[in-house]
Amino acid sequence: MDRVNFLLAISMGLFAIGLLGLIVRRNLLVMLMCMELMLNGVNLSLVTFARHSATLDGAVMVFLSFIVAAAEIAIAIPIVLLLVRQRRTLDAGAYDRLKG
Amino acid sequence: MHNLLAWIVLLPLVGFVANGLLGTRLAAQRLGPGWVSVIACALPIASFVLTLIACGALLSSGQPRLELAYTWAEIGGQELQVAFWFDRLSAVMTLVVTGVGSLIHIYSTGYMKGDAGYARYFAYLNLFLFFMLLLVLGRSLLVMFVGWEGVGLASYLLIGFWFEDPAKAAAGKKAFITNRIGDAAFLLGMFLLWQSLGTLDLDRINAAFAASPAPAVSASLVGVLLFIGACGKSAQIPLHVWLPDAMAGPTPVSALIHAATMVTAGIYLVARLSGLYLQAPEASQVIAVVGLATAFFAATVAVVQTDIKKVLAYSTVSQLGLMFVALGVGAYAVAIFHVVTHAFFKACLFLGAGSVIHALGGEQDIRRMGGLARRIPRTFATFAVATAAIAGIPPLAGFWSKDEILWFAFASSRGGAAWLWLLASVTALLTSFYMFRLLWLTFFGRSRMTPEVEHHVHESPWSMTGVLFVLALLSAVGGFIHVPQFLEPLMPLPAVQPERAALQGTLIGVAIAIGLAGLAGAAWFFGGDAARAGAWRERLTGLHRLLSAKYYVDELYEAALGRPLRWLSERVLLQWGDRRLIDGTLHLAAGTARVAASLFGALQSGSLHRYAFYVVLGLLAALAWSVRHV
Repeated sequence: MDRVNFLLAISMGLFAIGLLGLIVRRNLLVMLMCMELMLNGVNLSLVTFARHSATLDGAVMVFLSFIVAAAEIAIAIPIVLLLVRQRRTLDAGAYDRLKG
Repeated sequence: MHNLLAWIVLLPLVGFVANGLLGTRLAAQRLGPGWVSVIACALPIASFVLTLIACGALLSSGQPRLELAYTWAEIGGQELQVAFWFDRLSAVMTLVVTGVGSLIHIYSTGYMKGDAGYARYFAYLNLFLFFMLLLVLGRSLLVMFVGWEGVGLASYLLIGFWFEDPAKAAAGKKAFITNRIGDAAFLLGMFLLWQSLGTLDLDRINAAFAASPAPAVSASLVGVLLFIGACGKSAQIPLHVWLPDAMAGPTPVSALIHAATMVTAGIYLVARLSGLYLQAPEASQVIAVVGLATAFFAATVAVVQTDIKKVLAYSTVSQLGLMFVALGVGAYAVAIFHVVTHAFFKACLFLGAGSVIHALGGEQDIRRMGGLARRIPRTFATFAVATAAIAGIPPLAGFWSKDEILWFAFASSRGGAAWLWLLASVTALLTSFYMFRLLWLTFFGRSRMTPEVEHHVHESPWSMTGVLFVLALLSAVGGFIHVPQFLEPLMPLPAVQPERAALQGTLIGVAIAIGLAGLAGAAWFFGGDAARAGAWRERLTGLHRLLSAKYYVDELYEAALGRPLRWLSERVLLQWGDRRLIDGTLHLAAGTARVAASLFGALQSGSLHRYAFYVVLGLLAALAWSVRHV
């Protein structure tokens, strides 16, 4: 099998596992981790395309998305902590009253 | 004075504003009611004095007085001006309105004493005078119409003066609504005149119809339309039903508005436009027939009424009918003559009835009166004079004016006929009969009062009986005021059919005989044996029931107009139009929005997993799209 196709398959697998986990798991922290998996699946595909096309655009894009992901997780974890202080549970279903 | 006529009109308005704004607060003070009375009476009296001055000027100069107040509107080069016009006809009407009006204001200070709405009452009364003066002094038909509507408003307010009683409030509404029907025709007549003549000034309308070539509008059509308006205001068949109910108001109001002044506005309108009606023989014929029918039917109803004010109300309708007969045969000045004398004796009768009601503490049913002549002699004396006057006993006022009406109904070359005279004479006989019946049942015979009412009987204060004496005096000598001669330059009497001229003496004899026959009949029926009237009532049960029910006119209107209208409003307009069409449309729109909202609202469940699932669906849809299109 071609290396590129192999890497893209892994990237799609990572994304699919992340998406499935996001849908089926109820723990907020696990859901966050699943989202990271999805993000990294996309990053992997970006790096693969960058190597394949011999340009740097994809690699630069990945750095950008790392930074955004770091910032995002830095906000998401405190939000989850604050929520848990209120309800003493990590179950996402407990917070469905937050719909607006 | 420069603005004499404007002041005559405006002074009562000042009284209305003063009493209307300050009266209630003022009346709460200890001396307050006194001030309210002074304001209310002084301004109409001042108007009366100014009218006398204006009359003096009119007589010395011989020229009608014209005062332009201001230009109301300018339409297509035509100006609508608010102007006052004071000629001999306006002079007579203004004197009656302010003179009798002032007297009734003074009477009211006694009659309404202690009423919770004392200041409000006088404010309305002054408002009425203002509009009535606008009506009789306005030069343009439009200004007259403003007054015409205004007196209707004042009449409504005063009929429903004691509005806590639903029956009285309903009577006010009935008067107002019935008048609207006539007003619609009045407006149509005005539109026709404006369209064809381009002016609404009354003197110009008369001149236009007198000139040749005649205006390009049918005088009869305009005449009939305006007469329908007059029918509403002057309570002629078929719009007469409101006047008897209007007796729900305070008695002085009945005297002033529903007997002496406002209801004569229709007579004034027709007389004022005599130039038009002279060119409209068909319309005049209609007026004579409607007037005669009204006079006769109202007189028959009055014979069996048992409420003292209802008898007088039907008597008023009947007398107004006689005035229209005079108008119909071209004797305009005679109709105005009867307006004047009628104002005197009918005001006296109503105020006398008010005094009786006052003495009996609110009792109005003549079956529970009797024997009052000695208990309240001043009221009795004046009431008797006025009764004789309306019955046509010479030489009192009613005899002269009614005799002239009968004469011209017989002999006028403008539509006089023997049958007109015959029916009018029968009406006069009935008038004499029911008026003396009223006098007998109220003042003579044994007392039929309940003991507690009997205990309370007291003569009214001088503020009331003094006015009665003045009016009784006028009822006695009013016939010697030669109103037709005074109005001769303005509206000459019609020519007499030559072959009938010789019969005048005979007819006067018949008229006197009729008056005395009514007196004798009433004395025979109600004077002696009390059972006699009862026996006749037994014998004529059917007729009595028909008359007591006023020919079932109210019931007929209810069945022919009221019920279909209510059915239409309830079934078609309310249930179909309002509930189904309008409400239904709105409910449909609201329902659609609600269903859509509940559908889309279900999407937003608050469950993160479901949102993620939607994302998956979206991704799949995007993939499917790109597979197909890229």
